[in-house]
Amino acid sequence: PPHWSPGTTIMAVEFDGGVVMGADSRTTTGAYIANRVTDKLTPIHERIFCCRSGSAADTQAIADSVTYQLGFHSIELDEPPQVQTAANLFKEMCYRYREELMAGIIVAGWDKRRGGQVYTVPVGGMMTRQPVSVGGSGSTYIYGYVDSNYRTGMSREECLQFTAKALSLAMERDGSSGGVVRLAVISEQGVDRQVILGNQLPRFSAA
Amino acid sequence: EHPKMSGSQVKGVSTGTTILAVKYRGGVIIGSDSRASIGGDYVVSKVVNKLIQVHDRIFCCIAGSLADAQAVTKMAKFQLSFLSIQMESPPLVKAAASVLKELCYRNKEELQAGFITAGWDKKKGPQVYTVSLGGMLVSQPFTIAGSGSTYIYGYVDAKYKPDMSREECMQFATNALALAMGRDNVSGGIIHLVVITEDKAEHVIVPGNKLPKFHDE
Repeated sequence: PPHWSPGTTIMAVEFDGGVVMGADSRTTTGAYIANRVTDKLTPIHERIFCCRSGSAADTQAIADSVTYQLGFHSIELDEPPQVQTAANLFKEMCYRYREELMAGIIVAGWDKRRGGQVYTVPVGGMMTRQPVSVGGSGSTYIYGYVDSNYRTGMSREECLQFTAKALSLAMERDGSSGGVVRLAVISEQGVDRQVILGNQLPRFSAA
Repeated sequence: EHPKMSGSQVKGVSTGTTILAVKYRGGVIIGSDSRASIGGDYVVSKVVNKLIQVHDRIFCCIAGSLADAQAVTKMAKFQLSFLSIQMESPPLVKAAASVLKELCYRNKEELQAGFITAGWDKKKGPQVYTVSLGGMLVSQPFTIAGSGSTYIYGYVDAKYKPDMSREECMQFATNALALAMGRDNVSGGIIHLVVITEDKAEHVIVPGNKLPKFHDE
């Protein structure tokens, strides 16, 4: 049976008041693009999303399980859950079953206590908070770009531009990433989702 | 050892290195890091110069097995000096790149080395050529190679513009190398740059404490 390839580029950035999350939209089985409009930004709770990279089956199963656990926890608490809690639940599952799983996940969202937060749970099951995080096979190509262009204190708009540009650059170089750019902005007001189509992506005049 | 822990480290034929060459208005800059390592475990040398002069205005740098690189460049140097005597003029950059290409292509089974050749000649001015692993020869305005290069594809795609000034190009090359060295654990040390123009080939060194710093440093 065809094997789902981990090709992807995902990214999340914190700003004052929320987070911007982005992903490409390509899923490949070998050389065939099984889905060219995949949605890799998955809601876990009202103001908490995750970006998935790695085995599509594994990450969907983990996300479903965490969504259930977090929903239950939130009812018990009688208030919205913290992003850190969601990240911890991902970490618990990814670390416990690290031998069986192939999953790299970025958890991001907004909560009342700490505002916008980005947590990364890479393959292996470590968890750490980062102001900006990239993942997936396409991410290697944009470490240099992200390192040089990220500054603390960027606005919502600047973060959107930064994410869209970084994802475009990765999609241009990584054969396993492509399609459209899906963006989501999470803040106190809620979630605002956008799609940037292929012909509207930022262009760079490279060699 | 977890087979899945490999993540995004580039495996395979590149020895730890980041190298690049960029054309600008009036010249070309070729640059590299200075680390030589055995796998990811031990730094054999912190100050290796990976930029090899094969003629007065032609330099090349190697990505791949250092042993192969030395053998090939030695042969290329000899062939080029012979060529320039025969032709009674300095060799073309394309000729130097071609010599490397022939050696790589004819011996592709035994060799594991790719080259970047950059230089200046009277016919076409500043030029950059890449000879990849199997022996393909391509001319480009700029090129990057080595294990550290994967991390800066996005950066160079975004930042490169044709016809830069010498200062802009130095900044571009230095930043790109510093970013790659910051993320690739088998690239590091100091930055070696050679600026090649019609008049001269100038070697510039950016020591470790003068490397550009980025937001998390």
